[in-house]
Amino acid sequence: MINESAVYWSRALTELTLSFHIIYATIGVGVPLMIMIAQWTGYKKNDEHYILMARRWARGFVITVAVGVVTGTAIGLQLSLLWPNFMQLAGQTIALPLFMETFAFFFEAIFLGIYLYTWDRFDSQKKHMLLLIPVAVGASMSAVFITIVNAFMNAPRGFDIVDGELVNIQPFLAMFNPAMPTKVAHVLVTAYMTSAFVLAAIAGFRMLKGSKHVYHKKSLLLLMKIGLIFSIAAAVIGDFSGKYLAEYQPEKLAAAEWHFETEGKASLVLFGVLDGEEVKYAIKIPYALSILAHFNPNAEVIGLDQFEEEDLPPLYIHYLFDIMVSIGMFMMLVSLLYVVGKARGWQFIHSRWYRWIIVAGGPLSIIAIEAGWWLAEVGRQPWILYGLMRTPEGATTSDHVDLMLLLFAGVYAVLAVGSIVVLVRMFKNNPIEREIEDRHSEKGGDIL
Amino acid sequence: MTLEILGISVLWIFLFGYVIVASIDFGAGFFNAYSLLIGKNHILTNIIKRYLSPVWEVTNVFLVFFFVGIVGFFPQTAFYYGTILLVPVSISLVLLAIRGSYYAFESYGTRGHIGYTLTYGVAGLLIPASLSVVFAIAGGGYVDVIDGQPVLNYWTLYTSPFAWSIVVLSIAAVLYISAVFLTWYAHKANDIEATKLMRKYALVWAAPLMISALGIMYEMKSINSESYSHMVNLWWMFAISAVLFIVTVVLIAMRKKYGLAVGLLIAQFAVAFFAYGIAQYPYLLYPYLTIYDSFTSTQMAIALVIAFILGLCLLLPSLYLLMKLFLFNKKYVTGKEDNHA
Repeated sequence: MINESAVYWSRALTELTLSFHIIYATIGVGVPLMIMIAQWTGYKKNDEHYILMARRWARGFVITVAVGVVTGTAIGLQLSLLWPNFMQLAGQTIALPLFMETFAFFFEAIFLGIYLYTWDRFDSQKKHMLLLIPVAVGASMSAVFITIVNAFMNAPRGFDIVDGELVNIQPFLAMFNPAMPTKVAHVLVTAYMTSAFVLAAIAGFRMLKGSKHVYHKKSLLLLMKIGLIFSIAAAVIGDFSGKYLAEYQPEKLAAAEWHFETEGKASLVLFGVLDGEEVKYAIKIPYALSILAHFNPNAEVIGLDQFEEEDLPPLYIHYLFDIMVSIGMFMMLVSLLYVVGKARGWQFIHSRWYRWIIVAGGPLSIIAIEAGWWLAEVGRQPWILYGLMRTPEGATTSDHVDLMLLLFAGVYAVLAVGSIVVLVRMFKNNPIEREIEDRHSEKGGDIL
Repeated sequence: MTLEILGISVLWIFLFGYVIVASIDFGAGFFNAYSLLIGKNHILTNIIKRYLSPVWEVTNVFLVFFFVGIVGFFPQTAFYYGTILLVPVSISLVLLAIRGSYYAFESYGTRGHIGYTLTYGVAGLLIPASLSVVFAIAGGGYVDVIDGQPVLNYWTLYTSPFAWSIVVLSIAAVLYISAVFLTWYAHKANDIEATKLMRKYALVWAAPLMISALGIMYEMKSINSESYSHMVNLWWMFAISAVLFIVTVVLIAMRKKYGLAVGLLIAQFAVAFFAYGIAQYPYLLYPYLTIYDSFTSTQMAIALVIAFILGLCLLLPSLYLLMKLFLFNKKYVTGKEDNHA
């Protein structure tokens, strides 16, 4: 029994919740590492500015964590509320990493509470800094475990089906499925990359607004370096993801690349529009798709012609692929120019237009994250569990899902506006100049 | 002990943990908002904030742990409860979202914002009310299975005195637990005014708690005679719980040993909570689902139990550290130290 309207609205609500949650989740995974690097740098260089950086980021971070926690709770329960049939199957096969995730989250929550409320409480700065390790590890491990569940949806294994019954369950085999290494790595490094560029955008924005303080320059350079490293890592891992797809989910790759005919020496299609089966106005890079798929310019890449229509994802995912890849490449270039330019003394990186590019990099990175997740999720369609369960089969049969969509849309709007207002107010009322001044008058100016 | 019993016991313990910490948390948020309305916030806000601030996120994890764990150990609950709870739990989620984020907005962002404070105070009180409906549903009588699909009968549920008694009990329990705890916490902080006020609230909410609890037992008789007869057989557990309750109230009334009172309060609720749980045995959703027919495979159960034990090894020392630094640290509790980022 399938309730068509419930399926439609369940998909819409899940997409809404995930799209909203992923912004806060990405920041939640990445920012603790940034805080840790800043505080470590400050400790090593004995430079109060980096310590303050950690402290200010931590303050803003709490707000985003709060929204991340509550929306994460929402998606956690919505999985069962909207996809009860799927979760019944998932509970039997992939419950282990879900369960582990709660421990990682628990661990992070405890130490975040301690970290936030023990500034200056311990005798040694180092002790306080060490508290960040469990926070950052917990945050990243949460992402690892949840991404494993998502990887399982793409490459389910670790069980057998005999007469419609699940038997021979192997929880660890299910966790370490073929999709897991590339997926987990890609999610982690892009979270770090995005967090670095979002924080860099804020620093850039303050500088554009006239702040001349050296604090922003230090923070910008640090973040650009981090962003550069992780955007290179993201590209390399993205390449491996292509090879995974070619091997295990060739139709997802073919749909994302508009690769219709199975052929060798396949070229990579970038941009363009689709007219029937004809690709127009696209940039075609010869051999690139064969290299992406198999490390070999002559290798044959399976095309859409090998699949039934009903087993294919929608072809618009190509645009999502384009958006994700171009933003990733663009940000790599922006950070590369900045880091090299800083070393070589190039002046244009200090110009207003370049600052604006850096500011744009924050929202752009978030858009890339969204596009990446839409690509991952829409690209798996029509399956909720690849090859085993189609999305409509997993959905709820309850009524009122449409009403719930409205309800949650309202809540997310309130949370989005609320969190932005609070964050803007928090930093506008206490700019870095004032905070440094306050600290000096408090401590009698014995620092710096 | 079978794996099924082990699984449900672990989950029930964590759910109990959530009931206690969340009650303190939601009650504190409500008292804080209420004190703002009646102009007594200068007495209460400090002490409440001092307790709540470092622990609010931890509270939420208890709930996440429970619902993730139950899908892991008893995957069929995802199908039954997932299908029927769409509307009630969505409402809880909305309230949780408002409560959690507005708490953070007020505490870390715009401190003392009246609108935010009222918002999270009221949302916090509605969460237990909305979540407790699940207990009523689990007891049976509100779910029909039509064409193999469970369907919640909203009308029967929302007009049921049993369900409403549970709602009233949950609210009374939240306010009572929170008031007793904060009486002790304020006393520890040497805050005489706050202790006096919280003590008064504790005594005020003791009576509604007992009345609604007795009401539930009475209603139970006509709703689910099977669990009712189980409860009658477990009369001694409820008797112990009642004695613990009376001693707690007497201690509070006589202004003696607030710390012991908190301990007895937790014991009182633990005994009653487990007695109620045992009376439902073996049903997870009466009469459709038991812990036996919904249990996961042995392989998964063992993996989960191992993960749980390893997780506890990590968690218990961390929780101990958290309590040591904030709950049992005299300097922090009395407000001599403020080291917020």
